[in-house]
Amino acid sequence: MIDWPQVRAQFPILQQQVNGKPLIYFDSAATSQKPLAVIEAMDHYYRWDNANVHRGLHELSSRATDAFEAARAKIARFVGAGTADEIIYTRGTTEAINLVAGIWGAHFLKPGDVVLITEMEHHSNIVPWQLAAQRSGATLKFVPVLDDGTLDLVAADELLTAEVKLFAFNHISNSLGTINPVVDLCRKARSIGAVTLVDGAQAVGHVPVNVQDIGCDFYAFSGHKMCGPTGIGALYCRTQWLEKMPPWQGGGEMILHVSMERSTYKSGPARFEPGTPPIAGAIGMGAAVDYLESIGIENIAAYDDELTQYAMGRLQELEGIRILGPLTGKRGSLAAFTLAAAHPHDLVTLTNEQGLALRGGHHCTQPLMRRFKAPGTARASFYFYNTRAEIDAMMDILNDAIRFFS
Amino acid sequence: MNDELRDLYQQVILDHSRKPRNHGRLEGECVHVHGDNPSCGDEIDLYVKFDAEGKIEDLKFDGQGCAISQASASMMTSKIKGKSAADAATMREDFRRIVMGDGAPQDEDALGELQLLEGVQKFPQRVKCAMLAWRALEQATAENAAKQG
Repeated sequence: MIDWPQVRAQFPILQQQVNGKPLIYFDSAATSQKPLAVIEAMDHYYRWDNANVHRGLHELSSRATDAFEAARAKIARFVGAGTADEIIYTRGTTEAINLVAGIWGAHFLKPGDVVLITEMEHHSNIVPWQLAAQRSGATLKFVPVLDDGTLDLVAADELLTAEVKLFAFNHISNSLGTINPVVDLCRKARSIGAVTLVDGAQAVGHVPVNVQDIGCDFYAFSGHKMCGPTGIGALYCRTQWLEKMPPWQGGGEMILHVSMERSTYKSGPARFEPGTPPIAGAIGMGAAVDYLESIGIENIAAYDDELTQYAMGRLQELEGIRILGPLTGKRGSLAAFTLAAAHPHDLVTLTNEQGLALRGGHHCTQPLMRRFKAPGTARASFYFYNTRAEIDAMMDILNDAIRFFS
Repeated sequence: MNDELRDLYQQVILDHSRKPRNHGRLEGECVHVHGDNPSCGDEIDLYVKFDAEGKIEDLKFDGQGCAISQASASMMTSKIKGKSAADAATMREDFRRIVMGDGAPQDEDALGELQLLEGVQKFPQRVKCAMLAWRALEQATAENAAKQG
C-alpha cells in the first residue's frame, strides 16, 4: 500500500501558496515537479563529484563518469532497452526526434519516399520531418484522427504503402490524451519494412514502457516530464541503427582519432554525444528513475488512471464543456477542454488568480486544433502527487469562472 | 474574484467581446492585414480603408481570440474610425502606454472607453492580446503609406 500523502510531501514546490491560495499544479504534461530525491542527487553531484566525464584519471572524474553511466543503465532498464548502449542522451524529446530526422533522414531518405506521421503529433514530431522531407525530397503524409480522438486505423493501413520508409507517432497524445496502439502500429510498419519512431514524452514515467515489447526502432522521451530535470532526455536507438547511422554533431568525446584531414568515430551512444554532456541532468534523470521505481510504475499508472477518470467524470458536469479526445476508456492523465462561456486564455487567467495552474493554448499541436476547430483549449494534466481534493477545488474554480463570464 | 480581475474583465469589455463592433470584412478597395500571436493562437484579419491623406475612413476586423483581444479590436475600430493619420498614431501610442503602464497618455479624451483596458497592465502576459489589433493597424498604416509612395 502506497502512502500517497507521504509521496506528495516529497515535492517541496507543491507546499506553497500562489496568489494567496494553495497551489494546484495541473500542468504536469508540460513539465512535472521534482521530488527531493532528484533535487538532492543533483545537489550532491555538484557538492561532491563535479568533474568532466570519460576524460579524467582523477577520483572525481571517475565518480562523475560512474554516476553518469549508471544513470544510463537505469534509464535503459526503465524503458526495457536491450543494453545501456541503446540509450543516447539528448536535451529532451525534441532533440531526440531531430537527431533521427537529421541523421537517419539524411542518410536513408530519398526522393519518392514517404514519411508517415499522424494528425495528432506535437510540433516537435512534425517540424523535424517537414525539414527532413524538404532536404531529401521525400513526401510527408498524415494519418487522420477520428472525431473521438483516436487514430483512423483503416486509413493508417491504406497509408502504410511500400513507399513509407518511416512511421512516427506519439505513444500518448499531449492534447487528446489518446493512448495509441503502439505495438500494433509498429508491427504494421515492420510488415512493410518501415522504420518506427515513437514520441514517448507523455508516456514514460506515467505508464510502463518496454521498447522491446513495443517493437519500435526509436523511442524519444524527456527527463523533465518524469520527475527529472530539464535539459536532459533520451533516445532509445535499436542497436542495428546505432551502427548504421553516421555521426550528427562533431566534437570531443565522440571521436577515436583525429588528424588534420579526417577523424574516426566511436561506436555506441558516444558517437552521438559530442562535447561535455549535461552530467548533473543525466544523474538527476537516473535519480528520477530510482524514485519512480521506489513507488512502482504500475502503482503510479493505476493512481494516475483513477485520478484521471475521476476528473473526466467531474469535468463533464460543467455547463458548455467540450473535452477533446476519448470520453470513455483509458486515456493519458490529462484533459484538454473548451468552455462555451470563456476563451481558454481568459479562463486560465482567472484560474491562475485562484492558485490553479492550467495550461491554455494550442499545446504545440496546431494542426490538431484546426482539425477539431478549437482556437485552443485549457488543459488540466495530472500526476501521482495530485489529489481528488484538488480536482474538487478545480471544479469550484471553473464553476465560478463560468458564472463570471456568463 | 479579486479587484484586478474585475478591472480586467469589466462589463463594457465583456460586452465588446461578446458583441464585437465592426466585425466582418470590408468590401471594396482596402488594405488587408493578418496578425497573430503565435504563442496563444489569437488571430485577426483587419480591413482598413484610408483616404488620400491617410485618414481612416472605415475599418472592420475578423478573427478569433480571447475576450481581451476581441474587445480591444472592437473598441479600437469604434474609436479610430474617421481619425487622421496623425491622430490615429497618437491613439496607438497612448493605448500602448496605458496597457503597458508606460507613462501617461497624451490625449485621454481621444481614448475614451479604451482606457478601460488599463487593467491589462496588471497582467503582463495579456498585453500582447490587447495589442494584437493595434499592431495590425500599425502594419496596415505602413502598407498604405508604402502604397501611396
